[in-house]
Amino acid sequence: MEQVKALVLRAAGVNCDVETEYTLQSAGAAAERIHINRLIENPTMLNNFQILVFPGGFSYGDDVAAGKILANQVVHHLTEPLHRFVEQGKLILGICNGFQVLIKTGLLPDLDGRATPDMNNMPATLTDNDSGKYEDRWVYLQPGTTRCVFVDPNRRLYVPVAHGEGKIVTRDAETLERIKVGGHVAFRYVDENGKPGAFPINPNGSTDDIAALTDSTGRVMGMMPHPERFVRWTQHPRWTRLKQKDGTPDGMTIFNNAVNYVRTHL
Amino acid sequence: MRQWRIEITSKKGFPDVYGKAMLGSIRELAITSVENVFFARVYLIEADFDEAFAGRVARELLADPVCQDYFIGRSSVPVGPSQATLVEVHLKSGVTDPVAESVLAAMKDMGAANVQSVRTARKYVLLGNISPDEMQTISRRALANDCIETVICGSDAEPPSAHTKPYEFSLTHIPVRDLNDEQLTQLSKRKDLFLNLTEMRTIQDYFKRIGREPTDIELESLAQTWSEHCGHKTFRSAVDMECDGKAIHFNNLLKETVFKATQDLNKDWCISVFADNAGVIEFENDTAVCFKVETHNHPSALDPYGGAATGIGGVIRDPMGTGMGAKPVANTDIFCFARPDMKLSEVPKGVLHPRRIMKGVVSGVRDYGNRMGIPTVNGAIYFDDRYIANPLVFCGNIGLIPRDKCFKHARTGDYVVVVGGRTGRDGIHGATFSSGEMTHEHEDIFSHAVQIGNAITEKKMLDVMLTARDKNLYNAITDCGAGGLSSAVGEMGEKLGAVVDLEKVPLKYAGLNYTEIWISEAQERMVIAVGPDKVDEILALFASEDVEATVIGQFTDDRQLVLRYNGTEVGRLEMEFLHEGLSKYSRKAVWNAPKLSDPAAVNKENHNDDVLAILSSYNVASKEWVIRQYDHEVQGASVIKPLTGVVNDGPSDAAVIRPLHHSDKGLAIACGMNPCYGEIDPYWMALSGIDEAIRNLICVGARPDRIALLDNFCWGNCTRPTTFGSLVRAAQACYDGAMGFDAPFISGKDSLNNEFVCEDGTVISIPATLLISAMGIVDDVKRCVTMDAKEAGSLLFIVGLTGDELGGSHYYRIRGHLGANVPKVDLKRAARTAKKMHEAIIKGLVRSCHDCSEGGLAVALAEMAFAGGLGIEADLRGLPVSKDCVRTDAMLFSESNSRYIVEVSPQNFHAFASLMADLPFGQLGKITQSGRLVIKDKNQAVVVDCDIQTLKNAWQKPLAW
Repeated sequence: MEQVKALVLRAAGVNCDVETEYTLQSAGAAAERIHINRLIENPTMLNNFQILVFPGGFSYGDDVAAGKILANQVVHHLTEPLHRFVEQGKLILGICNGFQVLIKTGLLPDLDGRATPDMNNMPATLTDNDSGKYEDRWVYLQPGTTRCVFVDPNRRLYVPVAHGEGKIVTRDAETLERIKVGGHVAFRYVDENGKPGAFPINPNGSTDDIAALTDSTGRVMGMMPHPERFVRWTQHPRWTRLKQKDGTPDGMTIFNNAVNYVRTHL
Repeated sequence: MRQWRIEITSKKGFPDVYGKAMLGSIRELAITSVENVFFARVYLIEADFDEAFAGRVARELLADPVCQDYFIGRSSVPVGPSQATLVEVHLKSGVTDPVAESVLAAMKDMGAANVQSVRTARKYVLLGNISPDEMQTISRRALANDCIETVICGSDAEPPSAHTKPYEFSLTHIPVRDLNDEQLTQLSKRKDLFLNLTEMRTIQDYFKRIGREPTDIELESLAQTWSEHCGHKTFRSAVDMECDGKAIHFNNLLKETVFKATQDLNKDWCISVFADNAGVIEFENDTAVCFKVETHNHPSALDPYGGAATGIGGVIRDPMGTGMGAKPVANTDIFCFARPDMKLSEVPKGVLHPRRIMKGVVSGVRDYGNRMGIPTVNGAIYFDDRYIANPLVFCGNIGLIPRDKCFKHARTGDYVVVVGGRTGRDGIHGATFSSGEMTHEHEDIFSHAVQIGNAITEKKMLDVMLTARDKNLYNAITDCGAGGLSSAVGEMGEKLGAVVDLEKVPLKYAGLNYTEIWISEAQERMVIAVGPDKVDEILALFASEDVEATVIGQFTDDRQLVLRYNGTEVGRLEMEFLHEGLSKYSRKAVWNAPKLSDPAAVNKENHNDDVLAILSSYNVASKEWVIRQYDHEVQGASVIKPLTGVVNDGPSDAAVIRPLHHSDKGLAIACGMNPCYGEIDPYWMALSGIDEAIRNLICVGARPDRIALLDNFCWGNCTRPTTFGSLVRAAQACYDGAMGFDAPFISGKDSLNNEFVCEDGTVISIPATLLISAMGIVDDVKRCVTMDAKEAGSLLFIVGLTGDELGGSHYYRIRGHLGANVPKVDLKRAARTAKKMHEAIIKGLVRSCHDCSEGGLAVALAEMAFAGGLGIEADLRGLPVSKDCVRTDAMLFSESNSRYIVEVSPQNFHAFASLMADLPFGQLGKITQSGRLVIKDKNQAVVVDCDIQTLKNAWQKPLAW
C-alpha cells in the first residue's frame, strides 16, 4: 500500500501536536497537523487518513472539565465521520488530554461495541487526581490486553505522565467488571517489576490502576501517559546512568505498532 | 431572556476534592469550628432557551454523568445536625472568566442560538458553629481574593449584575500650564502618574510651548512611557558614586557597566542585544535563540495566582514579540518569599501570608505555563522574611527564531493590527503602579492593576502567529505588556508616527473610556504592522482559528502620535517628546563597606546535625513539590530534567533541552542568586551569582565560550543613596564578571522600589536581589552529565580552591549569623577552571559533576550521594584550601565559588589529573556501596557520618506539602 497517513488533530489549547507529529513520522507515517475547524468544514478529509490522533494538551483550557469542551465539539460536529472511520477498520489514539476527550465523547471504553460518541451514556470518566494536583512523573505500564493493536502484550513500558485529571472512575462496580472482563484495559500502572502499588506507582489513584483503555475493536485507545515523550534515549530520566541505550525507546513502540498494523491490515 | 442557575456537585461516593482542599486551607488558619466543607460549581447563564435545553446543558456539558450531580436552580443544603453557612465567590465585574467563554462556545455547538452571558462562581457550604469573626477571616484568607472576587453569604443572595454601563464620550483636558510645583506634585499623585516634579515640569514646559493644555490620554501616555518600569530611568541615569570615600562618576549607569561588557566583548554570535523584547544569540545554522526574564512582583503580592500567571504569560510574549516572533521552548521561574511557616500574627496588615502567596504563585505559573505547552525547566526559590510584603516572581522564557527573522521594521502605510485577547479594565496603571512602593492600602486602591490571564487565548494566538510569520504576512510585531497599546504602538511607531482609532479596539465589555482603552494592560494581546496588500489574508488566517485580529490604525510618516475616538482627536504627541523628552537625571549613590565580623569558631567533633539542618533549610530543601507540578517535558525536548538520579529526585544543576527534532545540539539553562552575600557586599554577591550560574551550566556540559547572561535587579527605593549605592556595586560586578568569563549580557530588567510601608509607618525593604540567568550551548547532548553519583568504586575529585569564606553562608545562617568573609571570585582562575572542566566532560572523563554552592562541600557531597543512592567516603586531606582555611567547619561549609565535585572512573584517573594539573584540585575520596556519607577531617577524625536516607529525608521533608 501507499504510505500510512496520520492526522494529528489540533484545537485551541492542544500542545503536544508537534512532537506527536514528529513521532509518527519517525514511525514511518506521513503525519499532518490539522485544526479541528478545517476538519469540521470538510470531514471527508478523514478518508485520506488511516490513523487519527488526539494529542495531549489543554484543549479549551480544561474549562468545565479536561477534554469536555472539545468532546462536546466532536460529538456535535463529527459523530458520523468518526463512527465511519472506526467502522472502516482505522485507528484512533488519544493521549492524555486526547484520552480525556475520547472518554468524554463516550467513544471509550465502548462496552456495547457501537463505536459511536454518546455523551448521555458514559460508563467511565477521568477525574481529578487523588493528590489534588497536576503532576509530571515517570511510571511503568503493564499491558492488560492482547487485543489492542497499539499494545505489545509482552512489553512493559516506562513513560511519563503529566496531568491533573487522570484518575479513571467507573459508573459502578458492574461497569468496572465489564471493562476488565471485556479486555478493555490496555495498560495498568505497576512498579518496575510489574507489581501494582499505591502512589506514586499509581500516580493518580486510578481505579484498578488503569492507565489506558481500548474499545471493543482494539483499534481505538486512550492513554494518560505520554509515549511521544520517550522516543529518544536522552529523554529517559536516567539515561546518564543507563549502560544499554540501543533498543527501541518504550514510547516509540506504540507508534510503530500502529503504523505496522495499518501497513499489514489496511 | 431568562437567568438559569446550574449547580454542579460531586456525586455521593466520589471525593469532593475542592471541598476537602478548602477544609485544609481553613485548618491552616487554625480555625477548628468548621467541621466539613462541600463544594459546588455555579454557572449563571442568561439565555432564551427552555428548561429542557437547560437540562441538556447541565447533563451533557456541565456535569460529568459518572461522578457529578447537577441542579437546575439551587442545590439543597446537606441535612444534619450541623449548622450550615452558604458562601458564594463571584468574580468582580470586568474580571476575565475563561470558563464562561468556553461554555458560551460549547452551547453554540449544542445549538443554542441566543445566549446573552455566562458567569461562573464557586459555592461552599461550611458546616459547624462558625463565629462571624472566623467567617470573616475565612473569607479573606482562604475563600476569596478581595482584589478580583466578591464573597456573597446567605442562601438566596444574588451576585451583582453582569452588565456594565455604556460609555458616554466626553473629552477631558487637564490644565497644567498654570500649576505651581506643589500642585504639579499633587496632580501626579492624584492621577497615580508616579511622575516626579522634574518630569511634571518637563511636561508643563512642553504644553506651554505648544500653547495648550494636555488631555488626560496625553498625560497618561507620558506617564506610561516614562515610568520606571518602561523607561528604566534609574539605570539610565548619571551617577555620582561615593564608594568607601572614593568618588566615581557614570554618565549612564547601564551603558557603562552591564551593557559596556557586551560591547567590549563584541561577540559575533550575539545577534540582537538590549535592543528588542529579548536578547538573541546564534543557536545553530539557520536558527537563533532568544531569552528574556521579567519580574511580576507587585501584582503577585496582591493576587499571587493571577499575578504569577500573567507574569509567565507576559514574559512568553517577549520572545513572541522579538524580531518577527520566536517560538517559545522553555520557561524558567525563580521566586523569593518569606518563610512559609511564619506566624499569622507576624504578617503585616494588607499583606497575604507567605504560604498562601507561595501556593498561589506556584499554581499561577503551573496553570499558565502548562496550558501554553511550554516546559518549565529551571528555577529556584529563595526564602527571607524581608520578602514578606514584596515577594519576587521572576519569570523567564526562551524562544527559537529563524536566523532571517531576527529583525523587524514597521513601514509607513502599514496597518496597526491588534491580535489576541480583548481589552478590558484589567491591569490599568500596572506599569506606573509597579514603579512605586506599596503600602497597606494598595490591596484596595490598586486592585485594578491586577491582571487576569487566559493561557488558551495566548496559545491560539501563538499558533497562528507562527504560521503568519512563516508566510511573511506582517512587517513587525511586538507584545502588549506594561503600558498596553500605549507602549506597543508608541514603540513600534517611534520613528514613523501613527494614528489610532481607539473605538475600533475590541472590548471585553462596554464602559471603557478612550484612555482606559489606550493604557489597559489586558493580557494576551500583540500588535503587528501589516502591509495593506497582506491585511485581508492575515485577518482571514487569524479568523480561521478563532483568533480576533482588528485593524485599529495606521503608521504614518510625520512622527506624531495621533489618537482619535469616533473621529474626534483626543490626543496628539510628538514621538520625539514621548521617547526622548524625559529629562536625564543625576543621582547620588553611596557605598560604605559595613563593619562586620565573623562569629567565633565552634569546635565540634561531629557535624552531622549541621549537615542535616542545612539540608532542611528552606533554601536548600528539595523543591520537588513545586517542580512536579510543572510540565517540564512537553515538546519532548528534555535531556536533563530538573530532578535526576537513581529514583529521579536529586537536584540537577542546570536543565538541558534539545529543541530541534533533527539535531543533537542542546541548550543549557541555569541561574544564580545569593541575596545573603549582598548584605556583606553586593559586588561579591553579583560575581558569586554569575559564577554560580556559569558553573551550573558547565556542570551539565555547556560550552564555556557560548554563554549568554541576563540580569534582573530587584532593589528597594533607589532614591536613597545607600540603596542605590549597593545597586551600582552590583552593576560594576556585572561588568567585571562578564568580561572575566567572556560571557556577555544579552538582556536585563530592573524592578526597583520593592518596599512596603506598614500601617504604623515602618518600612520593609527587600534585600538587594540580583538574579543572574544564563544560557549556554551544548554541542552534543549525548555528552551531557548529571550530578548523581553513578557507580561504587569511582574516584571523587574536587576542582577549585576552598577558602575560609563562611560569610553569608547557610552554615552561619542556621545559627543566626551573617559573618564577614563573603565568597570572592578569582575571575582568571574561575574562567580557566570552567574551560578545563568542559574539556574533561566532552572527553568523556566525567561520570558525574555537581557544583559546590549553598551549604558548601558537605551539602554537595550529600546531594550527590543520595541522588545516586550510593555512599561517599571523603577525606579533607585531599581538599585544596587557601592558607587561611584551617577550620574544619570552613572546609565543610564554606561556599567558596568556582568549585566542582567530579566523579571519575579509576581508568580515567591519569587523563583527568593531567588535564587539571595547573588548577587547584584534589582527590577527595571515592563512591562506595555503603549508603553512608562519611567525611574525615585533616586529622582523620570522622566529622560527618550519616546514612543517605536520613540525609535525603531531611532534605525532602520541609517542602513536601
